[in-house]
Amino acid sequence: MNARILVISFLTLATLPGEGPSAFAIRDARVVRVSGPTLEHSTVILRDGLIEAVGENLSVPAGAWVIEGKALTVYPGLTDALSTWGIPEAAPATPGAQGRGGAPPAPGPPATPASPPAAVARGPEDRPSNTSWLRAADLLSLSDKRIEAARSAGFTTAVTFPTHGIFAGQGAVIDLAGDRPGQMVVVSPAGEYVSLTTGRFTSFPGSLMGVIAYIRQIYLDADHYRLTRDMYQNPAGLRRPAYDRALEGVLESPRVLLPATREVEIDRMLRFAQELKHPAVLYGVHEAWRAVDQIKRFNIPVLVSLKWPERAQDANPDDKETLRVLELRAHAPKTPAALSKSGVHFAFYSDNTRPQDIRKAVKRALDAGLPADEAIRAFTLSAAEIYDVADRLGSIDKGKIANLVVTDGPIFEEHTKVKYIFVDGAKYEPIPEEPPAGSGTEKTE
Amino acid sequence: MRLHWMILCLAAGSLLAVRPIPARAASTTLIRNATVLTVTKGTITHGSVLVRDGKIAEVGENITAPADAKVIDATGDYVIPGIIDCHSHIAAESINEGSTSVSSMVGIEDVINPEDVEIYRALAGGVTTANVLHGSANAIGGKCTVMKMRWGKSAKEMIFEGAMPGIKFALGENPKRQGSGPNPFGNTASLRYPATRMGVEDVIRDAFTQARNYEAAWREYREKVARGERAVPPARDLKLEPLVEVLEGKRFVHAHCYRQDEILMLLRVADEFGFKIRTLQHVLEGYKVAKEIAEHGAGASTFSDWWAYKVEAYDAIPYNAAIMVRKGVLVSLNSDSAELDRHLNTEAAKAMKYGGLDETEALALVTINPARQLAIDKRVGSIEPGKDADLTIYDKHPLSNYAKVLTVMVDGDVYFDRDRDIAERPAREARRKELLEKEAQEQKKKPRPDKEQDSKPQDQRRPQ
Repeated sequence: MNARILVISFLTLATLPGEGPSAFAIRDARVVRVSGPTLEHSTVILRDGLIEAVGENLSVPAGAWVIEGKALTVYPGLTDALSTWGIPEAAPATPGAQGRGGAPPAPGPPATPASPPAAVARGPEDRPSNTSWLRAADLLSLSDKRIEAARSAGFTTAVTFPTHGIFAGQGAVIDLAGDRPGQMVVVSPAGEYVSLTTGRFTSFPGSLMGVIAYIRQIYLDADHYRLTRDMYQNPAGLRRPAYDRALEGVLESPRVLLPATREVEIDRMLRFAQELKHPAVLYGVHEAWRAVDQIKRFNIPVLVSLKWPERAQDANPDDKETLRVLELRAHAPKTPAALSKSGVHFAFYSDNTRPQDIRKAVKRALDAGLPADEAIRAFTLSAAEIYDVADRLGSIDKGKIANLVVTDGPIFEEHTKVKYIFVDGAKYEPIPEEPPAGSGTEKTE
Repeated sequence: MRLHWMILCLAAGSLLAVRPIPARAASTTLIRNATVLTVTKGTITHGSVLVRDGKIAEVGENITAPADAKVIDATGDYVIPGIIDCHSHIAAESINEGSTSVSSMVGIEDVINPEDVEIYRALAGGVTTANVLHGSANAIGGKCTVMKMRWGKSAKEMIFEGAMPGIKFALGENPKRQGSGPNPFGNTASLRYPATRMGVEDVIRDAFTQARNYEAAWREYREKVARGERAVPPARDLKLEPLVEVLEGKRFVHAHCYRQDEILMLLRVADEFGFKIRTLQHVLEGYKVAKEIAEHGAGASTFSDWWAYKVEAYDAIPYNAAIMVRKGVLVSLNSDSAELDRHLNTEAAKAMKYGGLDETEALALVTINPARQLAIDKRVGSIEPGKDADLTIYDKHPLSNYAKVLTVMVDGDVYFDRDRDIAERPAREARRKELLEKEAQEQKKKPRPDKEQDSKPQDQRRPQ
């Protein structure tokens, strides 16, 4: 027992960022650049948080910490494209808490800090359930235990959002390490998180059509707000426009994230996004395998939830589920393959799946026909492209942020181990995996 | 097997058993040797209907099938125009925005659910078009959508293209319910105005006064711009825009109502503001004020014999429809229900027993009359050349309790076929079983490592 604790302590210490050098060279490794062909027996040089060089036959600069990469593979760090990592209050109450099975009306938003009970609203003008101005970048905390777990699973990056309410607030692209929260932020704001949650029947909006009408009115109001604000640059003879933080948030946001799980919701939100005339991203999309042509036609990127639909554990066994619902559960993991085949721009998001369970969830998509390199692209460069940060993240290219994950084999294969993670050029090692319960034997290399 | 092309469909159907995707009709179909009840042009005992490219091409006794035509032998069967339900709440994912007394900013079109199985069930009851209304929770409710029952198509394709948009109003008990918040005792904040019929009238007057002001503000803005003055445009208001459309005659009002006093109130308010009530819905006391309704030009869409389910429905009589017809009101019978809509034909028949309408007048209550109320009668509601081929075939006279729907066409495509439905059931059930078994097996295979891990307190797993 003592030996075990010692071993674990040692490994845990190793997860702390070293006082390490400012430069690393990973030598003789397989480098999956994603932006270009995979390189064999190549070197990646990192310096001061950036990728300094990548290629064959590079000479290792003096002072660089050398990692022998033989038998190792280097990937760009993975990205959770819609997350709450880094916002500790948003962690689910119980790890791995599952949503309801069957066909949920919309992806369940991750748990978020509760706000005080809202006053009764009678219309869009009361701005119910709206904190559009709230910025994830301002809510970050390194105390979120999920950051380390995510890193250990190969994630270096997340696009993290406040998720409470209809206009929940603005996300930020963050790196999953730093000494202070501010150092984590890559880009903010990254987009407005919108959910279609309805209030009580007695408070607006009390129905799905109420929520949709509300969102539509907010975007019209935002247009008008901008117009009056611009006109008031020359204030003579004009009434002063009122300040409205709910509209400020909408205007600041470079894109809007809209939920859509079922085919009918996907169709509805594609049309709605087009109507809002604002760049949009759909999230959820479990039934997108039925709607790829439509998504392609609207040319809107999508984020696939890795919380595959399941039958609710407390479901009434006597309930006769429709064929449609059964097919949704059976075929949801086919969605990424279908998207990839038709060239729809997509990325994955954890949707409160525990970081250590994500590989299992990805495996279902791979088993359903998604090529592994397409999966990797979705977790890296595609996510970066969707959030317009591909100039600094998402692939192994000179000048980009040094976010890497180094493994001893193909990253999504079951027995592959993550060896190192680099975030902003700092080296981390994964927290040791849980020893199998009841077994006293430990590997003590 | 009634349709010889059906064998082919069956073979395909068992593979595509996802949902009944309508077999795309040959561009020409001849329904032969049926009793054709055209509703507007009499009844042809041994008649045929030729359908070409989704429209009715010819109706008559002796039509020879063109070479490329698919032939439906309807010997002994009855063909009527597809039934039109003027008051429905199917095919939508929400019905009531009850939080506010004026919810005209919301609309059914935003929440159409083309996967609602009630669409298919409505088809199975002979319905081809439905006016899908917002609920009656508020004095001025949401926007309504006229849909064709194109089961298997997308939300957008469900919409009856070109139909006049509508809006729901509601009078009486429903809109004056003040709401029940989580704490009705003392929690007055969640109570909603109005609480009386007087208040309902006030809400409507107030809303249209606002709509007039809104329109005036835009007019003033446009005038300023025309004069070259600097002006800030009014903010667009999605609540008031539909009401301006009502004032301009560009949107129909479908008003839920029961009592004669509130009916007269609404007609007076509409007259005062210069708009028309297109239909009075339910209108169970319509027989008391039929003359006034006819004078206003409103249609009435009522129930056959459904009453006494609440106080304001106590004075209803089953003669209501027939009396209003005789007084010159344009009357339809509606379902307001995903069950009743499956037998609107027999609802119509009741107006023969109660009030003595003839067969054609009775059938008109669920076909051409609702089509006229919705101003879609140039397209649907009767069997006439040039109209949409929305047709329902029964095995017996449609006004008989024993009549079964055999085949339903929308735009010349077969969307319901009784034989095909029955034939496909085993395949669908087998598919369900297969998926359930597969899922059960996967559940069994799953080791449950989560349980073991989670049962351990977090701290013990970490070095101290």
